[in-house]
Formats: sequence, C-alpha cells, structure tokens
Amino acid sequence: MPTLLIQNGTILDPSTNTQEKLDLLIENGRITQRAAGYQPATKPDQIIDAVGKLVAPGLIDVHVHFREPGDEEEETIASGAAAAVAGGFTTVCVMPNTKPAIDNAAQIEFVLRESERLGLCNVLPTGSITKHRDGSELAEMADMHRRGAVAFTDDGAGVNDVSVMRKAFQYIKMFDGLVMQHCEDEKLAGGAMHAGVVSTSLGLPGLPAEAEQLMIARDVLLNRTIGCRYHVQHISTAFSVELIRRAKKDGLPVTAEVAPHHLLLTDEDCRGYDTNFKMNPPLRTAVDVAACIQGVVDGTIDILATDHAPHRAEEKELEFAKAPNGIIGLEGAMALYAQALVTPGHITWMKLIDLMSTAPAKLIRSTRGTLQVGRAADITIIDPDVSWTIDKTQFKSKSRNCPFHGRQVKGRATHTIVNGRVVWAL
Amino acid sequence: MQTHYDAKDFAALLEKFANGIAASVIVEQPFNVVGIRTRGELLAQRLLPMLAARGAKQVGHGTLDITLYRDDLSELGPRAIVHPTELDIEIDKRPLVLVDDVLYTGRTARAALDALADFGRPSIVRLAVFVDRGGRELPIHPDAAALRINLPAVQQVKVKMLERDGEDGIDVMQRI
Amino acid sequence: MSAWTHKHLLSLEALSAEEITFVLDTAVGFKEVSTRSVKKVPALRGKVIVNAFFEDSTRTRMSFSLAAQRLSADVLDFSGSGSSVSKGETLIDTARNIEAMGVDVMVVRHSAAGAAETLAKHLSCSIVNAGDGAHEHPTQGLLDLYTMRERFGRIEGLKVAIVGDIGNSRVARSNLWGLKKLGAEVIFVGPPTLVPKTFEKLGAKVVHDFDSIIGQVDVINMLRVQNERMKSAQFPTVREFTSLFGLTSDRFARCKKDVFVMHPGPMNRGVEIQSDIADGASSGILKQVENGLAVRMAVLYLVSRV
Repeated sequence: MPTLLIQNGTILDPSTNTQEKLDLLIENGRITQRAAGYQPATKPDQIIDAVGKLVAPGLIDVHVHFREPGDEEEETIASGAAAAVAGGFTTVCVMPNTKPAIDNAAQIEFVLRESERLGLCNVLPTGSITKHRDGSELAEMADMHRRGAVAFTDDGAGVNDVSVMRKAFQYIKMFDGLVMQHCEDEKLAGGAMHAGVVSTSLGLPGLPAEAEQLMIARDVLLNRTIGCRYHVQHISTAFSVELIRRAKKDGLPVTAEVAPHHLLLTDEDCRGYDTNFKMNPPLRTAVDVAACIQGVVDGTIDILATDHAPHRAEEKELEFAKAPNGIIGLEGAMALYAQALVTPGHITWMKLIDLMSTAPAKLIRSTRGTLQVGRAADITIIDPDVSWTIDKTQFKSKSRNCPFHGRQVKGRATHTIVNGRVVWAL
Repeated sequence: MQTHYDAKDFAALLEKFANGIAASVIVEQPFNVVGIRTRGELLAQRLLPMLAARGAKQVGHGTLDITLYRDDLSELGPRAIVHPTELDIEIDKRPLVLVDDVLYTGRTARAALDALADFGRPSIVRLAVFVDRGGRELPIHPDAAALRINLPAVQQVKVKMLERDGEDGIDVMQRI
Repeated sequence: MSAWTHKHLLSLEALSAEEITFVLDTAVGFKEVSTRSVKKVPALRGKVIVNAFFEDSTRTRMSFSLAAQRLSADVLDFSGSGSSVSKGETLIDTARNIEAMGVDVMVVRHSAAGAAETLAKHLSCSIVNAGDGAHEHPTQGLLDLYTMRERFGRIEGLKVAIVGDIGNSRVARSNLWGLKKLGAEVIFVGPPTLVPKTFEKLGAKVVHDFDSIIGQVDVINMLRVQNERMKSAQFPTVREFTSLFGLTSDRFARCKKDVFVMHPGPMNRGVEIQSDIADGASSGILKQVENGLAVRMAVLYLVSRV
C-alpha cells in the first residue's frame, strides 16, 4: 500500500487536545508518525502539502439515509458514500428505514459488504428496534449487534408503544448497545411544519414542539432505572435541550445530536411553501435555534449530524402538506456548521471537529475520530478560509432537495482520506 | 397655429359647441346627452343648461365608461379603475348625443357605440366632440365639433376643465 | 395608487391597503354591469379562463364562471375528482397540461395550503387563488370587505367578530388580513381548540366568550361548523357549540341595533346561525353572493392584463 505524508498543516486532534503544526506519515492505512518537520527516511509515495489547512480526524456523521435497498433512484450506498467523502466525511451511519427495513443480520451484512466493495468511506449500519420497523415486536438486535450494527433506531418514527420501548431499553442494555431515538409522539404528529405563528398564518397543519419533548421526557423516565445508552436524534426545540440538560445533570447516559438546518433556519423559511424547507423535526423558531446553539456551546448537545434525507425532485414537487420530509446535507454540512457555530464565535474549530468526529466516534464506539499514532488513517484536510457557494447541481448525491442551494459559505474539505487512501480531493 | 386656448376662448368654443349640438337634433323633442368619462361627462354637465337655453325641453343625461369596450385592452399598461356606467334613462327610440372632449383615432367612439348597444337602441346617435384633432383610424366623423385642427401624431391635445384641472382651456403640445 | 400591477391574486396578506381598496373600487364599476339588461362586456374577449377546482365547490366555481362569462372570456371547467389527479399525476403536472391549452388565467381551488402559490411559481399564466386549504380565500375576503364597505360606507374603525372554526378557515385568514389592513378591529371567537392564541400574533383579538363582546361589534361573520372537526375532538357536540357560539335569537337581541350579520355559506341553519336571523333584515348573506360576482369580475379583469 502506498505511503502518504501530510506536511505543513495544522493538526486539530480533539482526542489529545492537540493544535499544532505537525506532519503525519501514513503507512498501510495507519498513522505511523506524527511529528513536527518530519523527514522520512525513504521518500513517501505521495505528499500532500497542507500549508494553511487544518488536518483533522475524519468527519463522522451518525445520521444519514442512503435509501438502499428500496429507493435507489433517490440514493444508493454508492452515491451516498460519494456525497459523504465530497463533504469530508470518512464514516457515516445509515438509518434502517429502507424498504425493506434493516431489521436482521443479513441486512446488516449487506450494508457492510457494500461499504467494503465501494472502498469510499466507512458505511456503518444501524438496525431497527422493531421488526419491519413497525413499532410492535423487537427485532433480532443482539444478532445485528454481533454482526456490526452500531446502534438501534426506528428512525423516521419513534417507538411509540411505551411497553415496547421499555423492553427495547432492557434488551439493548443486555449487550450494552446504543438506542438512537427519533423523538416524536405519533398522536401529536402529522403536521407539515412547526406549530406556531407561521403555520397559523400559512394555514398548514402544525407539528407541536411537545411531540418531540414528550418522547424525550418519556424515554428519560423509562430508562432511568435501566440505564441503556440513549441518544436523541435531530434535537430541535428549546425545551428538548433543557430536558437533555437535566437528564445529564442527573447522571443519565443521554446524548443528543443536532442538524445544520436546525441551527441556521427557522419556520419563517417555510413562507413561500418551498418543500425543500420541509423536514421532520420541522424548522422551529429563532428561540429554539438559539437554544440549540447554546446546547452545543455548553455541551448538552454532543454531536452534529446531518440527517441527510434524499428525495426525488418530483416527490418534493408535491403540495407542501403532501411532500415527504427531509433534505440532503452531507456535502455542505461542515461549512454550514462552521457558519452557524464557528464564524459567530460560539465555538472553535477544535470544538467543531470534536462534535463532528471525536464525539461521534465515541458514541458508536469506533476507534476512529483521532489522529493518534497507530490508529486507522481516517483524515479530513480542511481549508477553513475558502469561500464557496453551495451548488446542488454539483452534488454527488442523486437527489437535489437542499434548502441551502446558492448559499455563500466558508470552509471546505480539500482531501478526504479513508484508511490511508485519498478517496476525494477538491 | 394657436397652441393655447384660455378660459375666454374656451367659453366661446363651448357656446359654439352647444349651438352645433342643438343643430344636430330636434331640440323640442326628447333626447339624451351621454358623456364619455371623464371630460366628456363634465362637458355634458356644462351643456345641459346651455341646451335648455337653446330650447331643449326634455334632456336625459347619462355617463358612459368605455374601458371594458376598448379594442386595445390587452396592449394597455397596468389596469386602471373601471367606473360604473350611469344610464338610468330611457335610451330606446330617441336621439342620443354622445359627448367627448377629443376625437382622434375614433376608437373611443367605436367603443362607446358598442357599449351603447348593450343598453338599448337610440333612434339616432350623434357624435359631439369639443376638439377634432384629425388622425382617424376608423370611418367615424363628428356631427358637432367646437374646434377642428389637424395635428400630426407627435402632438396631442389636452382639454382642461375647471372641475378637474382647476381651469378651463385647451393646450396643444408634444406627445410625452 | 392609479393602476394594478400584480399578475396573480394569491392572498390578501401580500396586498397593501391601497391595492385592496383599488380592487374594491374597481368592483364598483363591475357591479353596475350586473344591473344591465345585457349583463356582458367584451373586456376579456378571446381570453381563456380555467376554473381548476381540485376540491369540490359549486358556489365559488359558479361565481367565477359567471364572472368570466360576463367579461366575454372563454371558460373551461376542470374538477379534480375523476381526473388525472387520482391517477398519480402531480398537481404541477396536471396544471401544466391544462395551461398548455392556451390558458390566460387559472382559477385554482385546492385542499392544500400553498397550492396556488406553488402553481404561480411553476406556470406562466395568471393564477387566482379560489381557496387553498386553510390558508386564504382572497376573493371571499374581498367580497366580505366590499359588502361591509357598502353597508357602512367604510371599513376603518369597524369591529368585526368572526365566529367558529377559525383555525381551519381560509375565509377567516383572508378577512383578518383585509380588515386589519383597512383599519378594522378583528375579533376571533370560538373555543381554544378552534381558535388558537397564535392568531393574536397575527393581529386578531382572540375571545372565547362570545357573549362578552356581542354587544360591541358592528359585524358578526359566522363560519360554517364542520362536523368532521367534532369527530377529531375539537369540540364535544354540536349542541354545546351552538349553546356557546351559535348566533341564537337570545344573543341577537343583545347585539347592536345596526349589527350586520354575514356568513360565507353554506349555512347550517340552527347550528351556527338561527334561520330567522340569516333571513332577516340584518343579514348581508345574499348581498355577499351578489357582490362576489362583481369582485370576481374585477379580479379576473385586473390580473388578465398580460
């Protein structure tokens, strides 16, 4: 395997809290040297001059939808992985709401095999909590866990039946697995956008903030005596953040993630009925956005994840209330997070890399998310100062449902390196 | 050529106009005077007592808004307000004098005739215009005109009236 | 303001007070046309107007059809049921196909909020919103304004109560925007399940006790009570609704002497409004229908410029 030297860049490694000019030598897919002004004995096969750039552990997105099997015209594992590496991601976790749902070990193996065949980024499967993801009977989670499922979720919906969820916590706790919950009470669900002044004005059915808060509160309570590792997906409301904050204060094993659109957009953006602003959870108010940012700043929110959700153009062309939820996010995510969090001074680049790499690695118990010697060489090289325009027509994703099309952003991955191989370069 | 007519000229022209109209009908018998919005309407109101002074006994009075009958509606710019037509008079079987301020291409007069047809069937329709400036695009001719001048297309005539413009008068000017 | 410049009529929220007044003033001219023996003008001769009704409505469609015919336009009717909509074609596809027949104005009624606005973005003809879900019904708003102005000679300073299922009502929203812009006070009346407090942020006063305001208002606009709302538990029974929010003769007796009673129709006699009040001297309900024609003629005329 060819050797690679990355020199003159600034290493940002949250796992060791390192921020300094260091060179990295990569051999056999692993980081073998990390030193200032490193002079290799033999000339490496490839040298990347990273002057002026940040060299970070590869970005990890624990929440993407690649639609394979079932809706391959929207996205495939191949097209999704291509989009991921173009956005600087070296690892992604795909959600199990495919058709059929990923609810058994054979399906888990299919994703892993496909990931290996493609050799782009690490595509890690999650399994559904219930059979067919229908919320009624537990799926073979221990088996899926053994074959490589990194977490369990019925994402697309929450597990609404309290009794089923209680059993799920108990069962997953048995093998110290991870629950990722899409928090939405089904009885309050069904709205097309956040229930508030804007939905009142637009005459669209509203999805109240309480739908999310109810399930978080319920799960925290249910899990209190069980202690299963519990992760709240795509948090979106101010009081949800507060619920997580209190649970953490109580010492409960709770983590949470937030998506770029919940840090940058509000329900006001739904005026005009552009379905590219329709997702679930919906865009909330400016107060909620501020609370999510505060949650990131004070550590209540641990992880940034895109909820990359591709849909065909003709599906998104439907009436607002009928159009499917979701937007794609992988290719603009890092720059958008930087715009929401780093540029206004809420957090540093170091913290951003922690939220996008080290912390997610820890969540899914991956040995990646670090630049320590001996670890797999998953590396993202970032030019933090380059200005560019998000252009959906240039996306590697098969879909185009992106509300950020045309937005000016700053900061972009110039190289994505997975297991020591440069899989994408700008 | 005279390009400005003041209030005194205007008054004289109005007398002449009334004479012309009175001559175009049998004043002793009932007839109607219908003004085309906006200045035709104002002229018609001024004419009523003048016609009475010339022996008219029974004159009905109405106002016509011809906007909806124009043949150039789709070429016109943004839509202006449409005002109601006011014709609460017996139209059928009696003469009707259509009054307007300026006669140019003849298209307004044609539209007015179309509009009138939707309201009834006058025995005779006379066309009375204060100023005939020439330049007709349709075979339409006035039965009474106070002032006849032949203007090239680059010029236009503006009839001013006290009620609306603050003074009576006529201006001939370059088309803006 | 001297001229109309909008290609579409999608909502009253998007119009200024001057623009709303302009439409109302234009409608005065068109109302006169309906009094003639020949109730037709050649203004839109050669234009094609399509009533694209993706949701049932006999009355609004008839009103638009007649309005278009009185302007001498050619009128086509499309209704959603039994058409390609049920075969899986998207709204935009269907509308594009209709438009391809050479349509100048498309009058759109649809159960989805935003449908008219979406079509305005994707089509090149003029779009008139004839009701989109719970969003807006601008011509109903305009005809209500016209009828109130005709009755009181003004809108400014009027106190208008709109009673019933406000949350699901496009009529209420169009009335709210129009009335607020022209300086009236709008009071939404109903139980909190049908009249959410969020309407206060949009400029309405929200009241849950009809009797507390009944003697103060100049206009009472009663909305239709829909039984399906009862099934979705937004109010317990029609009986209880009537006792709290119906315009009964007892309540009517406590109204201002010159109160003006309106209803967008179709009425549930005996439910939201007692029959003799609906048919009485204070009722403007048939005036609303009559004025609807003039307002729709004005709107079709104004938007069909290019």
